[in-house]
Parts: sequence; C-alpha cells; structure tokens
Amino acid sequence: MPQFLILNSAFLAMHIPDGFLSLPILGVTWISTIGLITISLKQVESDYQDRTVPLMGVCAAFIFAAQMINFPIPGGTSGHLLGGTLAGVLLGPWAGSLVMSVVFMVQGFVFQDGGITAMGANIFNMGLIGTFGGYYLFRTVRNLVGQGLRGIVVGTAIASWFSVVTASAIAAIQLAISGTVPLLIGMTAMVGWHVMIGVGEALVTVATVTFIWRSRPDLLYTSSKKMNSELLR
Amino acid sequence: MHRYSSTQNNRIFILTGLSIALIVAVLLSPFASKNPDGLDRVAQDLKFESKSEKDSIAKKLPFFSIFEEYTMRGVPESVATPLAGLVGTIATFGLSMALGKLTTRQRHISQDDSTLK
Repeated sequence: MPQFLILNSAFLAMHIPDGFLSLPILGVTWISTIGLITISLKQVESDYQDRTVPLMGVCAAFIFAAQMINFPIPGGTSGHLLGGTLAGVLLGPWAGSLVMSVVFMVQGFVFQDGGITAMGANIFNMGLIGTFGGYYLFRTVRNLVGQGLRGIVVGTAIASWFSVVTASAIAAIQLAISGTVPLLIGMTAMVGWHVMIGVGEALVTVATVTFIWRSRPDLLYTSSKKMNSELLR
Repeated sequence: MHRYSSTQNNRIFILTGLSIALIVAVLLSPFASKNPDGLDRVAQDLKFESKSEKDSIAKKLPFFSIFEEYTMRGVPESVATPLAGLVGTIATFGLSMALGKLTTRQRHISQDDSTLK
C-alpha cells in the first residue's frame, strides 16, 4: 500500500467542504433542503406506516457504509455511492429524503466529511436530487418498460446514473456562482468524472434493489394510492 | 400466514441488512480506493482545493476528539477505519430507526389486530 501516506486526505469523499460555496449559495441550498425535508416529514407522518421503519434503518446503515467504499475509476480518480436514488426507490421520495439527511448529518458532524455550512448543499445534491429526481425518473422509466424485474432494473440504472451526473452538474453551477471555479471548466471536469462514477452508482443501486425485490418485494415503496387499493382488496 | 410471520420476517430482514452494512463498513472499508474522488480530483486539477476551510466548524465539535475523518483516534491504524465504520453505521441505523418510529403511523398494528379478531 504505497499510498498510505496520503490516507488523511484520501477519505475526504465527494462532499463539498466549508469554504467552497458563497453565502448566497449556502442560503439557497439550505432553504431548499430544509423546505423539502419539512415536506418530507409531513408526508411521512401522514402516508407511511411503521412497517417502513426497519427498511429506513437498514437503508441508512447500508448507504452510510457503502459511501465509505471508494471504487477506482479510470484516470486515477475514485467515486463512491451517493445512494439518493437507492433510498428513493426503496423508501419513496419522502422517507428516502429523511434517511439521506441522517446519513449526511452523521458524516458531517461526527466524521468531518462535508462542511457543516455546506451540509444543505450536500444533502440537496447527493441526497434529494436522487430521492426526488431519481425516484420520479425511475417511476417514469418503469412505467414505460414494464412493472416486472426488467422495468425495475432499467429504471433504477437510468435514474441512478442520471442523478449522479445531475448532482455533479448542479455542484459545478453552485461552485461557479460562488466564484470558486469558472462554470465551463468546472462543469466539464465534474461531469466528465461523474459520467463514470455514475456507472458505479447504477451497478450498486441495481444490485441492491434487485436483491430486495427478490427477497422482500413487500418492503419496496409503493405510492400511497396503490397502497390503499391493496389494503382494500 | 404472511401477517402472522411479519414480525419475524422483519427481524430477519433487519439482521441481514445490518450485517451486510457492517461487513461493508468494517471489513471492506480498509480496501477502499485511496485515489481522490470526483470533487477532490477536480479541486486539485483546477487548483481550488486550498479554498476549503482548514479550521472548519466540524473540527470544533467534540466528535473530532474521537474521530479524525473516518479514522478513530488512539487505536492501531489497522482498526482505525473499521471502528469508525462500525460506529458510524450503527449510529446511522439507530438514528434512522428512531426518526422512523417518531414519524410513521402505527396503523398497521391495529389493522392486524382487527384482522385477527
């Protein structure tokens, strides 16, 4: 392990540290994140039943653990799972968003991974883009492809890949507005790497969702309308 | 039948899922790639890495005396990251379960009861 000397900086994950984002961007990202978390809390209180709780715990634990595992990508870079789409597909956008927020809070407060002032941006980029954008893209693709395993695999793969690439593009825009790096250069670099990192995201997300679909399909999120009609049967 | 065994099924699911997460966090974490990740790499290449706040708020929190990033302080290097992974995974699991219990409705229990009657 010749690289052990740089161990300290190596674990600084893909999270935005304090100092990269300007005050206006911090404000906008915090307001967006707090707004969406508040709506999520209300939705979970009114729509979710306690049978979701075990999946919330396991999903959060798995995403935290998986985010520690940086996988190498060609060109001397690495990436790790973000997990937003995974949480969205398994738990739905609302409980999924809560779980992602817990992951980033533990990382930021306990392990100094990602800035505290930048936490709103990190939750938004790496969590909520996946739990909302990823989830609704997954549902759209699944409705087009079919409700069986194939629809789940194709939908999950496309949604998780796009959520990572979108997150990197949004981060590039935030960095550019903050005056940290020019838009075009930052965008090219960020999206360039995350096009490859997204493939890793898709592989892990598809494998995990398929595993749960095969072992405990009853745990997968179905929107409340479907849930109600099932209960009425 | 399914409802009868749902508590047991959930217990199996929690144990299996948490075990997989712990295996990843404890046993796989030392083998994670040490290459800079997406944002780090871009920050290095485009020379804005130095803008990150050295004296960040997180380093003023008491957790910083226990963990320096994903390594536990005061333990042999070989177990520093696995122990950080262990604590982090269990903390995330516990907090999410607690948040779920506080926010979700208990409805299905009473429904199960009424079905059993």
